[in-house]
Amino acid sequence: MRMMRRLYQLETEVATQPSLVAGAPKVASLRHTFEQQLAALQDDILRMGSYVSQMLVVAMQAVSKQDPRMSFHVIEMDDTADFMDLQIEHTCLRLLALQQPMSRDLRVIGTAFKVITDLERIGDYAVDIAKTARRLASEPYLIPLTDLDRMATATEWMVRECIHAYVEHDLDLVTQVVARDDEVDDCYDRLFTDLLDRMERDRSLIRQGTWILGIARFLERIADHAVNVAERVHYVETGELKQLHQDRPNNDHRP
Amino acid sequence: MSPTAQAAGNAATLDGATKQRTKYRVRDLNFYYGKHHALKSIDIDVYEHEITALIGPSGCGKSSFLRTLNRMNEVLADTRCTGSLLLDDEEIYDRRVDVVELRKRVGMVFQKPNPFPKSIYENIAYGPRIHGVRRRTELDEIVERSLRGAALWEEVKDVLKKSAFDLSGGQQQRLCIARALAVEPEVVLMDEPCSALDPISTFRIEELMEELKQRYTIVLVTHNMYQASRVSQRTGFFLMGELVEVGATEDLFERPKDKRTDDYIRGRFG
Repeated sequence: MRMMRRLYQLETEVATQPSLVAGAPKVASLRHTFEQQLAALQDDILRMGSYVSQMLVVAMQAVSKQDPRMSFHVIEMDDTADFMDLQIEHTCLRLLALQQPMSRDLRVIGTAFKVITDLERIGDYAVDIAKTARRLASEPYLIPLTDLDRMATATEWMVRECIHAYVEHDLDLVTQVVARDDEVDDCYDRLFTDLLDRMERDRSLIRQGTWILGIARFLERIADHAVNVAERVHYVETGELKQLHQDRPNNDHRP
Repeated sequence: MSPTAQAAGNAATLDGATKQRTKYRVRDLNFYYGKHHALKSIDIDVYEHEITALIGPSGCGKSSFLRTLNRMNEVLADTRCTGSLLLDDEEIYDRRVDVVELRKRVGMVFQKPNPFPKSIYENIAYGPRIHGVRRRTELDEIVERSLRGAALWEEVKDVLKKSAFDLSGGQQQRLCIARALAVEPEVVLMDEPCSALDPISTFRIEELMEELKQRYTIVLVTHNMYQASRVSQRTGFFLMGELVEVGATEDLFERPKDKRTDDYIRGRFG
């Protein structure tokens, strides 16, 4: 609902300040209203980004603290994330249809369109993690969570910083986000082999091990979505569409 | 032209699987109305069977440039043109060039439909007749072919004797295109051909341009950059007599290289 309010606020702001539309100062842009709407779109992306980023953090706390209330909270949050996704998509379509954006404006809106899908997916994976956490809450951990924690820290950082990069137009940060995906992948490979070993040695670990493996897989997917967002930031800033992260050939053994 | 614009032009010739033949090669073209320096050192290539769109604010020189392409500017007093303008590797400002012949090869369509005060048939037959076509059957053929080429035949085939002024604005403009096609030109220059037309007629002319480019080379001046982005393969941006940037249309509208182009197409001129 906050989103609706934001949109409504924006429209009233514009409507009640005729100076923004008609009597804009000479040096300012001819498309003042449009620029404001673009800025509001960026705000909305930032808001949605920090929201799903929060979902991920809470979901991982639900895992480490074995607290079902936190899981429940994340599952509840998902509705809002989906709503933001729809609202922003609607805003993008409206801006495309009514403003016929060109150049950077076109790239900003096209990117928003793509980025919300990645963010929405990140929220969905956070929900998957939260649901898995509920299943893990009933018994104490028999497997150390060190690698999973490390993966979570890196992934949470990537999600947070890809949004920062988007808002701050920061290409250095884009490079760092993309580079950190290697760390997540390495962690995942290590955790995968390690858990397989443990489960082979001790069949009583299979249940817990499989759930933890699932969470690791979700984190790995989330990190990939953060890389997608980073690639879009690169596109907005440079006009160049390309895959920044190369899949490494030694990943073949993965499920 | 700035080095970036040059680079953009070069990139456009290199990429793309269908490398086009150059129809016009313009180098260091300057044009003056009296003391006014209206076109400043223009470099551009126009490719065969493509639509090249020229955009820019009023008075930027895009129409002046269009008129240099068939020496239409010469009809104005006190104008001067320097530099090189090659059509199929031939210098069109050479003294030996026959201007009438040149304008037969390079037809033109104007902003406001300007049919002759004659019948539909006579509007089309007029050009071929002064170029020496006399036989009635041959003229009939030319009239039908030209009207079909301009997607007007089905609408007027039964009323060819009627005055051209009885047609709607959109039909009159297509008649003028048909008239330009009647002398079998190689290039069609269009100066804001849709600015006096309603959206439906505009879409019809845009569709027509798409068909025409299979057989002709089209250079289109337009105020409407959305039209440029819809129909053209290459776009050039003019500003104050300068060709700021030219390149593949999608590149120019999605990732322009020059800040001035960017400001213009995003509506950010203050």
